[in-house]
Amino acid sequence: MTIALPPLQSPEAHESLQPTNWLRYFSFSLDHKVIGLQYIVCGFLFYFVGGALAGVIRTELATPISDFVTRETYNQVLTLHGTIMIFLWIVPVVNGGFGNYLIPFYVGARDMAFPRLNAVAFWMIPPAGLLLISSYFIGGAAQSGWTAYPPLSLTTPAMGQIIWIVSVLLLGGSSIFGGINFIATILKFRQPGLKLLQMPMYCWAMLGTSILVVLSTPVLAGTLILLSMDIVAHTGFFNPSQGGNVVVYQHLFWFYSHPAVYIMVLPAFGLVSEILPIHARKPLFGYVTMVYSILAIVVLGLVVWAHHMFTSGTPPWMRLFFTIATAFIAVPTGIKFFNWIATIWQGRIALNSAMLFSCAFILQFVFGGITGVALAQVPFDVHVHDTYFVVAHFHYIVYGGTVFVIFASIYHWYPKFTGRMHNEHLGRLHLVLTVIGFNLCFGPQHWLGLNGMPRRVAEYDPQFTFMNQLSSVGALLMAISTIPFLINVIGSIWWGAEAGDNPWRALTPEWLTSSPPPVENWKGAAPLVHEPYGYGTEPGLVDLKVATGSDLWRNS
Amino acid sequence: MTSTRPAVAVSSTEIEHAANDHNSGHAEHPDLRMFGLATFLVADGMTFAGFFAAYLTFRAVNPLPEGAIYELELLLPTINTAVLIASSFTFHRATKELMKGAMGACRGWLLTTALMGIAFLAGQMYEYFHLPFGLTDNLFASTFYALTGFHGLHVTLGALMILIVWAQASQPGYFTPEKHFGIEAVELYWHFVDVIWVILFGILYLL
Repeated sequence: MTIALPPLQSPEAHESLQPTNWLRYFSFSLDHKVIGLQYIVCGFLFYFVGGALAGVIRTELATPISDFVTRETYNQVLTLHGTIMIFLWIVPVVNGGFGNYLIPFYVGARDMAFPRLNAVAFWMIPPAGLLLISSYFIGGAAQSGWTAYPPLSLTTPAMGQIIWIVSVLLLGGSSIFGGINFIATILKFRQPGLKLLQMPMYCWAMLGTSILVVLSTPVLAGTLILLSMDIVAHTGFFNPSQGGNVVVYQHLFWFYSHPAVYIMVLPAFGLVSEILPIHARKPLFGYVTMVYSILAIVVLGLVVWAHHMFTSGTPPWMRLFFTIATAFIAVPTGIKFFNWIATIWQGRIALNSAMLFSCAFILQFVFGGITGVALAQVPFDVHVHDTYFVVAHFHYIVYGGTVFVIFASIYHWYPKFTGRMHNEHLGRLHLVLTVIGFNLCFGPQHWLGLNGMPRRVAEYDPQFTFMNQLSSVGALLMAISTIPFLINVIGSIWWGAEAGDNPWRALTPEWLTSSPPPVENWKGAAPLVHEPYGYGTEPGLVDLKVATGSDLWRNS
Repeated sequence: MTSTRPAVAVSSTEIEHAANDHNSGHAEHPDLRMFGLATFLVADGMTFAGFFAAYLTFRAVNPLPEGAIYELELLLPTINTAVLIASSFTFHRATKELMKGAMGACRGWLLTTALMGIAFLAGQMYEYFHLPFGLTDNLFASTFYALTGFHGLHVTLGALMILIVWAQASQPGYFTPEKHFGIEAVELYWHFVDVIWVILFGILYLL
């Protein structure tokens, strides 16, 4: 085998190439921890843009007529909201952000397998995001939703649609580069002696996610290239008036975009699997079944895409196959949920912000999963297709499933990121506001959808006014809930108590170094952790009087 | 039970070295660039798979308008296919010469491969100019140009990369029988482009 020798550099030369102060967060840094935080902070900036757009949507929908923005603007706003939230917030943060920060620790490496590719992948995101947002100011953004279904995307103004395609292609490329990096790091960069079935669960989640990214994102890229040829060169791939076929676009689009849901939630599953054992002081229940569940979700996730197309004239055999395959996904997902419940069962639970957000995730995501199984059934799906029921289900999955986990993970790893403890009171206030606001915002939308309110329309029947206003109040609460969060994460950098190396007394490798960790992760050799979830098996860890996470932050 | 132990056994001199600039543990690591490239080619192959799936569905579901031509002249594309397949073998010869350390012969075979790639592109250009249909004439025409064009883009990049490693190989010691990632990577890519063409030729010209 060929051996690559890194160039020998003196420490001075190393420092001159890579800034070590705060400037490194604005540089083309190759340090996986810097890149991880770049992803997370950049993602949050786009989250606030996408959230403001959601605010515009809910303000518009507070009244049945379109009086706040015009219908064209509303279409642009909902397209930008969806695209930003998926491609610039959730996918980069749960994959690139936490993945880059944690995976090298978990495999016992000094960095990712391809540090330069890693930095390139990150730095593709801000330009792509700014390009997407800029389209609103130069001739109007795309109006065809984040799905860009033809012929709608062929008949709306071409400029915005083309910018949207270029932006999504850049983000897809970034995602593929990240996926290649994660696969190589997890499979080939493990320290000697670390077996696959000893890796922390987040590694398995990221491995499964990256396989989905590498297999499905290129198909979206190819599809969007064909779509852009339809728009620019007037070919007729997806244009029925030129003999084209719109359903082919839907098949190809959902071949990526259904796995995209797992690209968003599998990493969240992995993060929750890291957080729960630590704050319940118990080993992760059913490690091996968790691993096989992830792999089963990866395989099944690739063969269920057409359940988004039950009203697209799909033949009966296709409906049957995709209904059954979709229902099957509930099995591995259910195994994971029971494992999490068994993990916290009879544990010494520290009800801190990280744990509370994780528990809220379990509740919200189960609800989204139940409506998901319902939507897999063709008769029900045909009834509620393209109504607010789908909007509600989707937001319970991606907000209840992923954004709750992102907040839990921020609170859990904040001491590691900054070396300071966050404020628990503000964290719990954030939780309460988020849970109430979230359920108030998206709960009523189930009712709206069942009663026939269509999605993606700026005006609606006045009989739906009250429920929509309730939903808008919920959205306002969600907006307010980010205030304590922002005060907490920004203020605690200066005012937070010293966290120490390992405030949660965790066993996973990222806690076995200083906070924040040094360049190259460990001074000296990397620790080899055989049992990342061995809580309660060592006497020092069984002594719960000293070792619950909640006591620790109170004492500090 | 949690146990920690150093990742690699280090000699005492290396420990001193580590104490100076905490460099321990990353003295050497396996070269993963070929693995990364192979993963990327899987992704690239999925792009083509999407195109193939779209094309085959169009063929099966969407009837072409009356009088549309989709029977293609086969002579030139068959010669082109033979040239491209042969170029995979000439590249393989180049790598074999490289492993023997015969850089002159290696460069000769590399240049031959690049010229065969360029000949393929020239043949495809000639075919484009003499086809009886244009890009927007019908669904088959659009798909034909999109697929062959996207593949031609890959051949163009491949030929350029072969010329780059050919130029690099003129420096003595740039590639050795032990260290030759550039040539190895371009070879894998070239074989990939070749395999894609064989599938493409099968479904586009013969089917």
